[in-house]
Amino acid sequence: MTLFLLNIILALIWTFVSGSFTLGTFVIGLILGYLVIALVSPAIDRENYVGRVWKTFTLVGFFIKELFKSSFRVALDVMKPGQFTMQSGVIAIPLDAETDLEITLLANLISLTPGTLSLDVSDDCKHLYIHAMYVDEGVEAVRNEIKSGMERRILEVTRA
Amino acid sequence: MFEIISGIILLVGAFFVLVAAVGLIRLPDLLMRMHATTKAGTLGAGLILLAVAFTYGDVAVIAMVVATIIFIVLTAPVAAHMIGRSAYYVGIDLWQGTIVDELKKAYKEGKAGSDPQVKVEAEAESVSDDQKV
Repeated sequence: MTLFLLNIILALIWTFVSGSFTLGTFVIGLILGYLVIALVSPAIDRENYVGRVWKTFTLVGFFIKELFKSSFRVALDVMKPGQFTMQSGVIAIPLDAETDLEITLLANLISLTPGTLSLDVSDDCKHLYIHAMYVDEGVEAVRNEIKSGMERRILEVTRA
Repeated sequence: MFEIISGIILLVGAFFVLVAAVGLIRLPDLLMRMHATTKAGTLGAGLILLAVAFTYGDVAVIAMVVATIIFIVLTAPVAAHMIGRSAYYVGIDLWQGTIVDELKKAYKEGKAGSDPQVKVEAEAESVSDDQKV
């Protein structure tokens, strides 16, 4: 948290020095401040701020990529005339995520990715039940995709 | 140049909203329909907003666009989750292409779905039954 403040202060200083108070200069200041902190991170970075921010952005990028990929798949199937040939199913996913924040984040991101919709969490919070549109390649394939894709990346952000 | 880019983004966004509408009618059961409406709808609305931000390029407009996208991304999955769960809970029919259903087993074994509210009501009922006897 303190490093986040430092990052904002560095961005503000950059805006003052460059003399133009626009959103663009502030964003550039944020990026430059982040690079400065990354440069000296071995000395001051006790909470792994640099790693966390980087992982957060890779998570966002990964999510946008998945969003487009699966949106096109769903769009193709919806627009294709004739009977639907895909196989759907309700699948239990064993959770490595433990805290409420991690589970909520995972459930929301699963819901936002087309083709999967989170339905329920077991009472002991050990399993997440999702409805998947494409189970053609088997239940294990869907499970592995979510565990090694979305869940691993979320845990990298929250536990880095 | 910006006009062409924002025009393309606008068209792609409108296409996904159209897909959401068609999917809502064509897909075989409620859970599948939720897939089409929430996701394609979110992506479509997001892309249209992005095109607006590109066209105006104004700080105030961009800030509003970012805020709107954040709120759509925050609320859409919660609504989809609640509708899907309550529909499943009251026992809607899944279409014949559904090959596995691991939640049904969990509900039967009492591992999931014991809504605290339902539990309290069920206990209250059983207590009043005991008193009658």
